[in-house]
Amino acid sequence: MARTAKKNPVDAVFSVVTAAASFTVVILIVAILYELLRESSPAIARFGVWKFLCSTDWDPVKESFGALTNIYGTILTTVLSLMIAMPVAIGIAIFVTEIAPNFLKGPIGAAIELLAAIPSIIYGMWGLFTLSPIMSRFIEPTLKTMFGAVPVVGILFQGTPLGIDILTASVILSIMIIPFTASISRDAFNLTPSVVKESAYAIGATQWEVVKNVVIPYSKLGVFGGMVLSLGRALGETMAVAFVLGNNHRITTSLFDAAATITVTLANEFAEADKDIYLSSLFYLALVLFVLSFITLAVAKFFLLKAERKYSR
Amino acid sequence: MTAEQKRKVEGAVALALSTAAAFLGLFWLVFILGDVLFHGIRALTPDLFLNDPVPPGVEGGGLRNAFVGQLMITVCATLIGVPVGILGGTFLAEYARGWKIARFISILADIMVSVPSIVIGTFIYAILVKPVGHFNGWAGAIALSIIMIPVVLRTTEDMLSLVPWTLREAAFALGAPYYKVITQVVYRGAATGILTGILLSIARVAGETAPLLFTSFNNSFFSLNMHQPVASLTVTIFQYAMGPYESWHEQAWAASFVITVFILLLTMAGRLLIKWRYK
Repeated sequence: MARTAKKNPVDAVFSVVTAAASFTVVILIVAILYELLRESSPAIARFGVWKFLCSTDWDPVKESFGALTNIYGTILTTVLSLMIAMPVAIGIAIFVTEIAPNFLKGPIGAAIELLAAIPSIIYGMWGLFTLSPIMSRFIEPTLKTMFGAVPVVGILFQGTPLGIDILTASVILSIMIIPFTASISRDAFNLTPSVVKESAYAIGATQWEVVKNVVIPYSKLGVFGGMVLSLGRALGETMAVAFVLGNNHRITTSLFDAAATITVTLANEFAEADKDIYLSSLFYLALVLFVLSFITLAVAKFFLLKAERKYSR
Repeated sequence: MTAEQKRKVEGAVALALSTAAAFLGLFWLVFILGDVLFHGIRALTPDLFLNDPVPPGVEGGGLRNAFVGQLMITVCATLIGVPVGILGGTFLAEYARGWKIARFISILADIMVSVPSIVIGTFIYAILVKPVGHFNGWAGAIALSIIMIPVVLRTTEDMLSLVPWTLREAAFALGAPYYKVITQVVYRGAATGILTGILLSIARVAGETAPLLFTSFNNSFFSLNMHQPVASLTVTIFQYAMGPYESWHEQAWAASFVITVFILLLTMAGRLLIKWRYK
């Protein structure tokens, strides 16, 4: 195919132009990494790597910055949202592939995917004006009376439920990532050969047993890839959490406390950073987020490719 | 309870829970869309589209500047992102078909699709805002185009790969050079798919806020100058929703309504188009 390219001068030009266009992706990734490194170099020189990652300071007045509170908030909200979203997403995938009557499979799948099309700023606004009051008035007080007195677990449910907190942010994030995992899990479930499923039915398995013992084990690579992909998405989500997380630079133990994630800190403070070292530290945070999410997404892609190879065999 | 009964009960409970999960998903969709619809429609007035913002407390303000700004930024982003994406996808699916490097770029593009958009905002700030010294509309447009490129590139690649190879061979047999085969045969065969990719990528960036926060920033005045800060609906929504005034909240809801409807229509148009073409 490439052989013909050399024969015609226009063809040679066209192939070079298209090649240049496709290499913009590589160039962009390298340029992002380079620029973030360059802009954050004053902060890297001043705070180092481990000291920055492990310090809980975030004090623009004393010009002392550390990323730990932000990383803590990012990981806590992400993991929590994943814990809420995963069972629901897998349930949806099971419903759409195994339970729903045929005429409902398409529409319900499409409707769930529409959730992914809603812009994150809408989630954020809805979270601030609608979900947050519901959380603070009904759901969080209930959780507090149920678990607040329980030892160990109770630590998570201390304080005044204001609705602007880690729990609300995680719930919103979980709604946002449900469609990703659900649609990847659905596609993975659909790839289970019907012969294998029918053999299980033939020896008397119930529908649930087929799902539990045949479909899920068969498609676990794809489902896992989808989970990691959702994780990567949730790490970098900004607007949906910016409204309801508060931007509080402290390590907190209660889910009813405000917190800060890397993205929320960037969104709230980047345009206002007045000192060079402050701005540089924010670039440093962006660099940490970029590396963190890039690795997560690469891992997700690795598993999804592995799953793809397995099924196409 | 016998073992058989236990298995049956367990199955029924599990399937009921799955059904409940599906309805929970639908519930969130209806809840969010319904809420935006309910609050948005009430605040939707002609003033919103025709007037510029007025100080809080004064009646009759609108968001004309943000609508126009959003349109300018999105159109410019599309004009930059779509050609690069289509050409890049063409290279991967045609000239470099089967090459290792094509596979590598394709995987990188897939990762790039999900890279946090706020990071792209900081990157553009470093190269296009800091050197210039002030926020500007072009920075916002380019930030959005960077988000579009991998989306368009990947759909183009996939759609071109779906065009049967024999079609190209037929054109080669007539003596057509490869570029002619691509532009006149392959592109035509994949036109619907590529169009879907473009629609979905516009839908993707039209709702982006994070990359605009410190690139195009915001502007309370009507401005067509892309070298100056430009207002956008999404950043305005963020600012107004976080603000203290009731009238700001109402306008934020109305703007959310408009942008949600626009994006959902684009998304559904893209989906229907692809369904109709590749049935």
